[in-house]
Amino acid sequence: MPRAEAQQAQQQLNYDSGNSAGPAPFESWGRYPTYSANVIPLHWQSDFPAAIASLHNGALPVGMGRSYGDVCLLKDGNLLLATGMNRLIAFDPETGLLTAEAGITLAQILDFAVPRGFFLPVSPGTKYVTLGGAIANDIHGKNHHVAGTFGCHIPQFELVRSDGTRKLCSPTENPDLYAATIGGLGLTGLITWAQLRLKPIVSRMIDYEGIQFHGIDEFLSLTEQSKGIEYTVSWVDCASTGRNFCRGVFMQGDHSTRRAELKPSPEPKLVFPFDAPGFALNHTTVSLFNTAFFHKQIHPRVVALQDYEPFFYPLDKVLHWNRMYGKRGLLQFQYVIPWDHAREGTIAILKEVAKSGLASFLAVLKAFGDVPSPGLMSFPKPGITLALDFPIKPDKSFPLVHRLADMTREFGGRLYPAKDAAMTAEQFQIFYPQWQQLARYRDPLLTSSFWERVTGDRPSL
Amino acid sequence: MNQTASPTQSQTPRKILVLGATSGIAEATCRIWASQGASLFLVARNAEKLAAVAADLRTRGASYVDTAVADLDDTDQHPTLLSHAINSLTGLDIAFLAHGILGDQSKAEQDFNTAAQILHTNFMAPVSLLTWLANFCVQRHAGTLAVISSVAGDRGRKSNYLYGSSKAGLSAFLGGLRNRVDREGVTILSIKPGPVKTAMTAGMKGSEKFADVNSVAKSIVSAIDARKDTLYVPFQWQPIMFVIRNIPERIFKKLNL
Repeated sequence: MPRAEAQQAQQQLNYDSGNSAGPAPFESWGRYPTYSANVIPLHWQSDFPAAIASLHNGALPVGMGRSYGDVCLLKDGNLLLATGMNRLIAFDPETGLLTAEAGITLAQILDFAVPRGFFLPVSPGTKYVTLGGAIANDIHGKNHHVAGTFGCHIPQFELVRSDGTRKLCSPTENPDLYAATIGGLGLTGLITWAQLRLKPIVSRMIDYEGIQFHGIDEFLSLTEQSKGIEYTVSWVDCASTGRNFCRGVFMQGDHSTRRAELKPSPEPKLVFPFDAPGFALNHTTVSLFNTAFFHKQIHPRVVALQDYEPFFYPLDKVLHWNRMYGKRGLLQFQYVIPWDHAREGTIAILKEVAKSGLASFLAVLKAFGDVPSPGLMSFPKPGITLALDFPIKPDKSFPLVHRLADMTREFGGRLYPAKDAAMTAEQFQIFYPQWQQLARYRDPLLTSSFWERVTGDRPSL
Repeated sequence: MNQTASPTQSQTPRKILVLGATSGIAEATCRIWASQGASLFLVARNAEKLAAVAADLRTRGASYVDTAVADLDDTDQHPTLLSHAINSLTGLDIAFLAHGILGDQSKAEQDFNTAAQILHTNFMAPVSLLTWLANFCVQRHAGTLAVISSVAGDRGRKSNYLYGSSKAGLSAFLGGLRNRVDREGVTILSIKPGPVKTAMTAGMKGSEKFADVNSVAKSIVSAIDARKDTLYVPFQWQPIMFVIRNIPERIFKKLNL
């Protein structure tokens, strides 16, 4: 018997002994910052608050860890991992009303709903987020201008507080907690289950149109022309200056109305296999990518019938794509600037980014609509939103992002907590003056590294 | 292996009895059966958890779901419970035994009652259930009994030899039972999982290497459809356990396993 083989088998068997690892790093999608925490898996709606009965240092409900910064982290605390709580509770095929436990992912919801002729009312850029996380961050999608945020489609949910009380929350029952929990960053309690209003579809396909634009004014006029189209989003090249400044591709689509087979999605097979070295994403490679993306679309206008997977979730095809940014991770930055300064603000910020030489690999530009969110702390408001990501270069990325945050403030905008790892407490409190209301509804045992950073408050626990 | 089309999918729904239905592997397996439209009878100890699982399976498309709350340690109840379940399903195509406990190994090393409890839950109770079920199936010359044993039953080791010996006993029992009833048209499937990534193991060291519970469930459904005898899942546990079984005892006894 070769020793090496025996040792390998021995290693495999050691996993079998059920040793808990204790505190372990739980990564957010940006992989910055990284903090150790005690991860407590929840399987059942009744697991909380018993699961933290004898523990200290606070707790935070988390899901798939797809938010980028530290809203899903709690340094040295307890993370309540809700993904095991993923059961369906009821579905009404007449109305499309789905009731499910909050740890279910949007991917799992789609697997169930699409073959039955239903779709998510609002889709973010990845389907690997939980229902609870989608509510807690009040996420938005390409149809914000017609459908509002995710929270607009949640008629009710149950919230369990750390004192064991269970509260049914809806616009009419516990309306204050309902509003504080939508966009409440997981701080008001554990969402055990929620109701989601799905919408009917007859095909997996999207009637897609991609249109090249040059400059912000062409983007704005395309936005104006596409008001009746359900999904719109733009990719913008922020590496280029001069003639090519703010060029991009305006992408729009509607669910195809031609009946077609509603088969479930295949499982993703590609995995980004390793952490790319730090130099992999530099100005040259990003510029090349941006130029290629712009010219991938050879004609100024392209019409196509596209499956919903590549339309909504192009990056989900490659699991762990964030490894492309290497071990140091990435900084996300997303602002919204209201219409009165949206144009000048966006131009100024894009110029600042181009000037910095820290090109953003994926820059996404969209106009938000005016459908109000029921959430107290919801991020979107009418205006222009731009999402950028930067590889972390310690002495360069943070000063840039701080500068961009200050510019956002000057233009009357605000930043998205789910995509933030850098804003200061002062900036946050100006962006969200209602934060003190959330503080009142916060569960006394729940907190996050984000909350501690932007309120300067390590609550006594 | 590809999931073979369920043989009865387009005809009458399959009638499946699940014992230990709130375990992670059982629940994931039931989700596949439910989406195929199966009829299910679920047994578990905790009423609240059982109700949550039943609601999920109904929503996913099971043709029929009935439940019973029972402590399977109580072997006296087994005949009543099993005949009630089969009446409710109006027959039986598959019985899936998924209940069991890991137990407290270090306590069991000092205390015989703890050891006996592990052996009772993981060995005695399944023997009671399987004896009744096998005789029921033999009379009809039909049926599949799928039972979760463990790779831990393939060789005793210090970290979990009480659990391991209960599963070793179960595996040996299943082998003998198969030898007896195969000729009567009854299929016995021994399922030997390695560690599986469930919510329960999410925080464990090395858990990113654990098997995905949904792919384990797919393998179980396929193995039942293919009328297999033994399933190591994931499949690489078959060669791993081959190696483990063949390490000479004079070396093995010195290893930290």
